Amino acid sequence: MHGDLEDLEIELLLEAIYRHYGFDFRSYARSSIRRRMWKRAHAEGLTTISALTERVLHEPACMERLMKDLSVNVTSMFRDPSFYLSFRKNICPILRTYPFVRIWNAGCSTGEETYSLAIILKEEGLYDRTRIYATDINQNVLDQARAGVVPLSKMRGYTDNYLRSGGTAEFSEYYVAREDRVLLSRSLSENVVFAQHNLVSDRSFNEFNVIICRNVMIYFSKDLQDNVHELLYNSLVMFGVLALGRRESIRMARLADRYKPLDDRERMYRRIA
Amino acid sequence: MTPKKIVVIGSSWGGLSALSELLLPLRDDFPAAIVVAQHRHADSSLGLERFLKRHTSLAVREADDKDPLEPGTVFLAPADYHLLVEDDHLALSVDGPEMFSRPSADVLFESAAATYRERVIGVVLTGANEDGARGLRSIRAAGGTTIVQDPATAERSEMPDAALVACPSSLVLNLGEMGPLLNELCQAVRVTK
Repeated sequence: MHGDLEDLEIELLLEAIYRHYGFDFRSYARSSIRRRMWKRAHAEGLTTISALTERVLHEPACMERLMKDLSVNVTSMFRDPSFYLSFRKNICPILRTYPFVRIWNAGCSTGEETYSLAIILKEEGLYDRTRIYATDINQNVLDQARAGVVPLSKMRGYTDNYLRSGGTAEFSEYYVAREDRVLLSRSLSENVVFAQHNLVSDRSFNEFNVIICRNVMIYFSKDLQDNVHELLYNSLVMFGVLALGRRESIRMARLADRYKPLDDRERMYRRIA
Repeated sequence: MTPKKIVVIGSSWGGLSALSELLLPLRDDFPAAIVVAQHRHADSSLGLERFLKRHTSLAVREADDKDPLEPGTVFLAPADYHLLVEDDHLALSVDGPEMFSRPSADVLFESAAATYRERVIGVVLTGANEDGARGLRSIRAAGGTTIVQDPATAERSEMPDAALVACPSSLVLNLGEMGPLLNELCQAVRVTK
């Protein structure tokens, strides 16, 4: 049957990527993987997933393109302004009780979330005592994140988001415009460490007061989500805060009982055990 | 228990009243999950859920990632996310918009067709774009049932028109006819189980 054949082809491609290139997407949510693979196949002018497998194995450049499709999550600055409002109101007071703060932005992609966070922390007077570890599986997006360059066309939407997230300054103070793009202020990334980290295969590398992992695990299967939750839990200090995406709930996780809601609506949870 | 069938619905402009009219006649013990991709503004909150709850006795909720597909429940795609069907549960994605839409009916329909095959019932309602047409074709290709709102009765006919071009053999129905047919289609499967 056609559907089963396609499932087999997808599995073979995932296995090929893992065995030849070492990237393990085998436990990613199948529905999104299928979509992204077909998108790549069509862009390459191919009509089957098997044909894509052949090209991926024989052309590393094709693997890089597929890697981008499979691993890059596009986001925007201050996506869900109410999340950042809540961060100011509910998380910042907790952070003020610490002399030094470590935050892990897991799956930071091209850095929009990281820079938004840096702005909030600056305005709340917490940035100087904070170090943000922003990690992603994909080295290319980390390079982009480090560069801190944003297309000018996006700034109107970002400015609007910034204002609704409780921004207390002029958004334009945080960047300089250069023709059709803007350069985000260097002072925002002073205390940020961008580093490659694979949530699927790498271990915990520090203990954090806050872990932000938004709209990253939606691409994972339920089993893989449980494994990653284990990693995040082990990387969080007691009473530390875990922040998930707007439609991700801790109640789906095996470790749910180790947390209590800090802001249920914004999916912020506090480790209590 | 995994529901035997799944109903996926795509709607846009005029979709609120169309959805409420469609859901109204569904039986209290409707034996399939219903998943809806209604286009809406990225910032819209829970208004759609509240509105639809007033028009059906079925459970209505905005989907969370990995929500299990429970029969007799209407799952709404959250604003600014794609909603996909994945075996016995739902999954979200923030991949780019399709046909300028996120959520996109095409994305929902194609994911449902890939997993539920001939057990999918796809419904395209009113809307002023072409989202849903490609997805409906993939449901048909997988052997599923395809239903399109009669364009003459739709508040905006572009979406049903496009769906009929892509999938001409679809059943063309008024909103009032859809609920009773869905009752029947989903019931039949339970009997033949």
